Amino acid sequence: MSSTMDSAADKRDQIQSRVANSLRRRHAKEKRFKMFGLAAVLIGLAFVAVLFVSIFSRGLPAFWQSSITLDVYFDPQILDVGPPPEQRQDESPRDFEQRQQSWRTKLTMANWNEVLQNALIDAKPELEEHRRSLRKLFTNGEKYRLRDMVAEEPSLIGQIRSIELLADAEVDVWVRGNIDRSLPDERLQLSPEVRRIADQLHDEGILNVSFNTVLFTNSDSRSSPASAGLAGAFMGSLFMMMVVICLAVPVGVASAIYLEEFAPQNKFVDLIEVNINNLAAVPSIVFGLLGASIFINYLRLPLSAPLVGGLVLSLMTLPTVIITTRSALKAVPPSIRQAALALGASRVQTVFQQVLPLAIPGILTGSIIGVAQALGETAPLLLIGMNAFVANIPATPFEQSTALPVQIYLWQGNEMRNFFEARTSAAIIVLVLMMITLNALAIWLRKKFETRW
Amino acid sequence: MKMVDPDVMVRRDEERQSQRPASQTAKMSARDVKVFYGDNEAIKGIDLDIMENEVIAFIGPSGCGKSTFLRTLNRMNDTIENCRIEGKVTLDGDDIYDPSLDVVLLRAKVGMVFQKPNPFPKSIYDNIAYGPRLHGLAKRKYDLDEIVESSLRKAGLWEEVKDRLDRPGTGLSGGQQQRLCIARAIAVSPEVILMDEPCSALDPIATAKIEELIDELTESYTIAIVTHSMQQAARVSHRTAYFHLGELVEVNDTETVFTNPEHELTEAYITGRFG
Repeated sequence: MSSTMDSAADKRDQIQSRVANSLRRRHAKEKRFKMFGLAAVLIGLAFVAVLFVSIFSRGLPAFWQSSITLDVYFDPQILDVGPPPEQRQDESPRDFEQRQQSWRTKLTMANWNEVLQNALIDAKPELEEHRRSLRKLFTNGEKYRLRDMVAEEPSLIGQIRSIELLADAEVDVWVRGNIDRSLPDERLQLSPEVRRIADQLHDEGILNVSFNTVLFTNSDSRSSPASAGLAGAFMGSLFMMMVVICLAVPVGVASAIYLEEFAPQNKFVDLIEVNINNLAAVPSIVFGLLGASIFINYLRLPLSAPLVGGLVLSLMTLPTVIITTRSALKAVPPSIRQAALALGASRVQTVFQQVLPLAIPGILTGSIIGVAQALGETAPLLLIGMNAFVANIPATPFEQSTALPVQIYLWQGNEMRNFFEARTSAAIIVLVLMMITLNALAIWLRKKFETRW
Repeated sequence: MKMVDPDVMVRRDEERQSQRPASQTAKMSARDVKVFYGDNEAIKGIDLDIMENEVIAFIGPSGCGKSTFLRTLNRMNDTIENCRIEGKVTLDGDDIYDPSLDVVLLRAKVGMVFQKPNPFPKSIYDNIAYGPRLHGLAKRKYDLDEIVESSLRKAGLWEEVKDRLDRPGTGLSGGQQQRLCIARAIAVSPEVILMDEPCSALDPIATAKIEELIDELTESYTIAIVTHSMQQAARVSHRTAYFHLGELVEVNDTETVFTNPEHELTEAYITGRFG
């Protein structure tokens, strides 16, 4: 009797010690798993940190740029173009336009380099002997800026204005030390003469580094790298984003609502569902090809236009919007639908008055994430000609334009590496900031609509 | 919250059992109703009359089709794919499955309260006002306020929530939420109220309150209630219908069903031999 009791007690002890042992192993396992998770998060964060540090450390310098501030004399002897034509009584508008045109041509043909050189020599007379090299100090676009100023305000001729002129990109690279100064002459773009003058001007404070507004106001430029800016690409991206928001979001949300709430359950609808999921997985470049063949070849929409880019990106974003909207609608408890239906609401009323308001945060988040994804897309845009060099800032979605990610792609391939490297990173910063703004908006909207209850 | 003395309850039940509903006209009647989910016949031909101003309880083991039958009475089964209904259901003599009949109108007349309280995630006021607004029952704000107040009073919730009508309905306790749902159903002035296990998610005190409420509501409404609790059926209903595997086995005065059932299946169920 007692022996059986002993053995029962022994058995219990055995079981308990076995449980205790396995417990230790279980705890160790849990601890290990937790550590793995934490390590994964830390590694991820470290990558993000490295990315941000590298982009910001490279890109931030591009927000500052060398410029030369000079008193520019609009010498009437060099700019011998006379007063701008005025409309005569007996003149037809066409003739008047022609005369204006020829006046502008004369203005363009004037020796603007000399105006710039004179301005610099006025500031430092001893540079007279280097007169021919001086124009290399200024970036090419500054001549045209002066011309445009005069065309805008002809009375400038004969006056003196203090103007901040952008230095040439090579000068900027040299002055700011973005190039190895010990390189032999034949490997440097600038002649020793120009380098010396640049250093001298820098020391004397005539050439100095200041905030780079050009980056935000100008479009891309090839002839004058120093005045290349992001404004064109930014506007292009903005227009595309608007097209995507106006097109992909309503169409996507509407189709999701239909599929989720109204569509009958049959093979055809199943087929549509499967294909929407497939579309979400199609590589974006395929959408570019589709856009090129449909919108450009068939519908003859303008090449390189943000409208076409937006259409292509809408196609690409549509599945994302549909899928996220559907899951947001699915997350609304069916009891809410039943409650509304039982009160005599029609299906449409039920969806729009009860279900949709509850799904709005999810729909907004999904849509904004879709739009952000579209904003960062490059590949399909290359196929519809948005990688073309465009010197104008588009004023409408129908004009030629480029986009921020494409601009990054173009700049990073530019042969003037040591100048455009910083510009590339600056463009990335602008793009990343746009993304962060969008995501912050998504979070804010979600919080706003969620905290209602 | 006051505790309901079980003895008092029993006494009240006895009082009521004696007060049989005056009306003997059928409010709703089902004739040979069959419900199919796909190929599966969930209800196999049911004939049943629901009398005006009575409380009729549907009891039976799980899967016996009592909830399905309840849902045919306001066509909530319409929302389920693959669900097909045969037979005839009438409300005041009119076929409710007549294609020319607007289901919205039907549901305004036949309200429903669900198993789990399902208030809208809106204010208490908006929960009640949703139905009247849908059907345009109130022309002015004042009328709507009045409907909200009287519905909440009828549901016995007014005193508890009158100071926080703008607070979310989802913030109430389970029992209060269920009474809110009843108030919401009452607000559109239905003639019949269907209740699908309205107390299964509630504690005994909240259950007692709902039962008390059902008792009061029977003066102006016809109520059909599905319940798993035989005590509840005994306490609240005038008549009880026992369902078994999609068939209506027995329907009779509640007292008869519980004391002297006609059918042996009914007896087996109420004595707890299966369930």
